[in-house]
Amino acid sequence: MDTFSKRKVIVAGIMLGVGILFVLRLFTLQITNKTYKQFATRNVLREITIYPARGYIYDRNNELMVYNKAAYDLMLIPREVKAFDTTELCNIIQLDRKDLREAIAKAKQYSRYKPSIVAGQISSDIYAPLQEKLYKYPGFFVQSRTLREYPSKSAAQALGFVGEVNQRTIETDKYYKSGDYIGVSGLEKAYEKELRGIKGVQKSMVDVHNRIKGKYNDGLEDTTAILGQNLITGFDAKLQAYAELLMTNKKGAVVAIEPATGEIILMVSAPSYDPNLLVGRQRSKNYSILMQDSVYKPTWNRAIIGEYSPGSTFKLVNALIALQEHSVTPYDRFSCSGQGSTPIRCTHSHASPVAMREGIRESCNPYFWNVFRSIINHSPTAEEGYRVWRDHVVNFGFAQRVGTELSSERKGNLAETSYYDKYFGQKRWNAMTIRSLSIGQGEILVTPLQMANMAAIIANRGYYITPHLVRAIQDPNRVSHELEFEKKVIDIRPEHFNTVIEGMQAVIEDTKLQHTVKLDSVIVCGKTGTVQNPHGADHSAFVAFAPRDTPKIAIAVYIENAGFGATYAAPIAGLLIEKYLNDSIAPRRKDLEQRLIETDLLNVVEVKRKL
Amino acid sequence: MQKKTNVWNNVDWITISIYLAMMFIGWINIYAAVYNEEHKSIFDMTQQYGKQLMWIGAAIFIAVLMINTDSKFFVTFAFPIYIAIIFLLMLVPFIGTTINGAKSWIQFGGFLLQPSEFMKMGTSLALARYISSYNFKMHSWKSLLALAGILFVPVGLIFLQNDTGSAIVFGVFLLVLYREGLNGIVLFFSFLIALVFVLTMVLEPLPTILILTFAAFLINYLIRKKTKRNLIGMATFTSIFGILWLINYLAEGGVDPLYFVFAAAFISSLVFFLWAIMLHKRSLAILIGIYLGSVLFSVSVDYVFHNIMEQHQRDRINELLGIQSDLHGAGYHVNQSKIAIGSGGFFGKGFLQGTQTKFDFVPEQSTDFIFCTVGEEWGFLGSTLVIGLFMALLMRLIFLAERNRSKFSRVYGYCVATILFFHFAVNIGMTIGLAPVIGIPLPFFSYGGSSLWSFTLLLFVFVRLDASRFEQLSY
Ligand SMILES: [Zn+2]
Repeated sequence: MDTFSKRKVIVAGIMLGVGILFVLRLFTLQITNKTYKQFATRNVLREITIYPARGYIYDRNNELMVYNKAAYDLMLIPREVKAFDTTELCNIIQLDRKDLREAIAKAKQYSRYKPSIVAGQISSDIYAPLQEKLYKYPGFFVQSRTLREYPSKSAAQALGFVGEVNQRTIETDKYYKSGDYIGVSGLEKAYEKELRGIKGVQKSMVDVHNRIKGKYNDGLEDTTAILGQNLITGFDAKLQAYAELLMTNKKGAVVAIEPATGEIILMVSAPSYDPNLLVGRQRSKNYSILMQDSVYKPTWNRAIIGEYSPGSTFKLVNALIALQEHSVTPYDRFSCSGQGSTPIRCTHSHASPVAMREGIRESCNPYFWNVFRSIINHSPTAEEGYRVWRDHVVNFGFAQRVGTELSSERKGNLAETSYYDKYFGQKRWNAMTIRSLSIGQGEILVTPLQMANMAAIIANRGYYITPHLVRAIQDPNRVSHELEFEKKVIDIRPEHFNTVIEGMQAVIEDTKLQHTVKLDSVIVCGKTGTVQNPHGADHSAFVAFAPRDTPKIAIAVYIENAGFGATYAAPIAGLLIEKYLNDSIAPRRKDLEQRLIETDLLNVVEVKRKL
Repeated sequence: MQKKTNVWNNVDWITISIYLAMMFIGWINIYAAVYNEEHKSIFDMTQQYGKQLMWIGAAIFIAVLMINTDSKFFVTFAFPIYIAIIFLLMLVPFIGTTINGAKSWIQFGGFLLQPSEFMKMGTSLALARYISSYNFKMHSWKSLLALAGILFVPVGLIFLQNDTGSAIVFGVFLLVLYREGLNGIVLFFSFLIALVFVLTMVLEPLPTILILTFAAFLINYLIRKKTKRNLIGMATFTSIFGILWLINYLAEGGVDPLYFVFAAAFISSLVFFLWAIMLHKRSLAILIGIYLGSVLFSVSVDYVFHNIMEQHQRDRINELLGIQSDLHGAGYHVNQSKIAIGSGGFFGKGFLQGTQTKFDFVPEQSTDFIFCTVGEEWGFLGSTLVIGLFMALLMRLIFLAERNRSKFSRVYGYCVATILFFHFAVNIGMTIGLAPVIGIPLPFFSYGGSSLWSFTLLLFVFVRLDASRFEQLSY
């Protein structure tokens, strides 16, 4: 034994002393002092997400196209729920008892501690009585958010819709939490970051009676929500609605562009739907109805995803290429034998031979076969000739996405030489083999947007601004930031356009279109197209722009299974141009307007199909 | 083979039982603390509780390995082990991994080890080896210098790695040295200095001086029972302060009241010190001397902290005492921790029924603040049981240390006991608001493989040494 052995008592004493001190302290903390228990119950944290109002969408005349209305989600934290009067709650929120039970079970399954939505998107008139009675339902609370409202009920596909964020997005983007909304399609998706703003969080302490007892940690962890930014679009909401009215009971698309700016004035895809259907508590029901409609596919934006043969409207491009390549002059004449022409017969009967202006006016197939052949044969080999031709066509914005904000935009199609090499064999094809291209048929598919853009290029005599829907973004302080867009110049000299434009003017003024499209005050230039459709009645296409010398609008109308372009597509374009430029329809054209609105091509198709 | 059976017959099963009980209780509390509904199984290896079970398995393996090691190994290799861990520590800045801002981890395969954790065992072995050597004399300069060397090399290295909490732990070896003969005054002053330092940093100097003043009067009263003179002293102190404060108030001087308290303390101390000298009251003079020294120390700590130190040095101290890391303002975490424990009541809320820890009111629920879960879910009963287990283990270790005839084993045993005690005292003290928020784990409870293994190693080397207490060791 050593001399300091007694010190073990001191060391052990210090240790025991601390132990006893701790037990005494715990005794006061846990038993004598009751305040900590109250603190703890009061300490239940409630995290309320503050959803900023989503940005508004305006049209070119500052008219609101999309705004918000208030709605409320009834939330639930299963762990805090005490027995309550289910019947009363169901009556207040107008929900089946069965649905409520299911929602609570689902919430429990998700988490006992984290809030879940029990009843989403409750309207303001239900919210008021609910808020009064909420104290009776511990564990329930209300979270406010905003819902979209579309006053003009139009442009559904272009504007797109918002929906609950999916699991994959939650995993990849930590901004989003389960139950958040996100732009799913159209502009709502393209400008999600600008529109959504930034969420805020408010942490509050609530007591066992569901009453908010104050800010958690003095609000130091709260963040304020930042409002979404507004979009100012090039849409003309009135014209858009008018176009949708004209397209009633028709299947197809209309796109109009302001040539000088590239702003899209209207974008119609018919049949459409009321965008308000995809908002509120009926959303999921309506959504599945819309998605399941495989006949009309109302959610499809045919203006950008519909890929069609351009038909005769494409003859304008062939004419321009031939002029640029000097393979024909405006005065070169080619003969037409009408129905008996080879290799392509003419669909019209007219004087022969024809030069370019008449060729366009009469949409003479033999003439354009010769134009096309001249381009292909202008080079030493058909392959080289095709390449030259194809490069020009691509230059017009075809076979590529023209670059709007909408991510679902499609490229269309235009065969490469390799395609023909594979199909016919190398050097075993020539202008003759691919002659359908001369009249916009064959291995070429374009979207109505690309067709409208083509019209804009001709209106501009050789350039286009990337077509776009949104012109400017307005920050929450209502300061607008104009967006800039690329200008693309076409490699065809401006004077060539004048020849083609003369032809287009003749189309409107010297054919029977003078009764339906020609306007008194404005020179309209246009071109019809009738697109052979192996699956049914021909599609009707029409491109136009006006006024001739100071173009304000370039337009493409494409109507499926409508027969001749001149019958429906052209007059609809004519009415839209008139409405846009003159703000009204001349009285003598009211009958035409009425007839077009009443035309029901959908049900005709149905009948045909049945027969 | 015969030797092996002997070892298992002689190991202290009481220590081992307490050890296993602690790990088990720790494990189920980790489960409750980080309980995740999507991973309900306590064996779910993707969660902390599943992993902790794995760490526990490995810890038991380490324990068995230690018991099967020849006890002479630890004596013979005490210094080499110490030096090897020092080397590891020195390697950390080069090959270390940074976790939570401290570059103090080394990755071995899939495991992260913190050499500073293992340094505690290495230093214990080295201390035991040195103190048990024949030429050791506690108060010889040579021995003190060597002891200082053994302690300060690891402390310095750990301190340089920004792991101040682990460095502080080595201070507890003073208790071991005290047991081996170090003058008690050293212990007393070390404690006083640490106390005044912590009080000054956590409470600011003004309340610290007031506490010291009150303590001095109390001690004087307890020793000398002279109520009247105490009252005179208090009156002097208060009146000096009062007069100065009044002058300042009337003159609208705007001087910090700290100066008046300090002046009052200084002047009254001087007066009474002279008086004590004149009347030959030695104990009073010493008391006043210590009091005045503490006051001066408190004021100068505050001055050095605010006027001489660089910002990063201040950050280090704040972080160590949990002032800076407490982003929500001083005392917020401790307050939440106290609420969690306090709301447990006598019986607790029951297993998995705690709300405070689960709602993330309490930080680091599974590591440094694991005792909150014990307090909240198992109440006074459970927390007292845990404290009881620690007391039992510590007392048992002291008992085992004392029954060993080998000085090496005894010193090492004391090292183990005091290290565990320090962790226990600071960790639980922190959760109940009796110690500053120094982030060190609760042995055998807190989540984490590295700390569990190092504590296991530390303990079982001693269990092994104790098992061979009947063998004649050369030290
Ligand atoms: Zn013809």
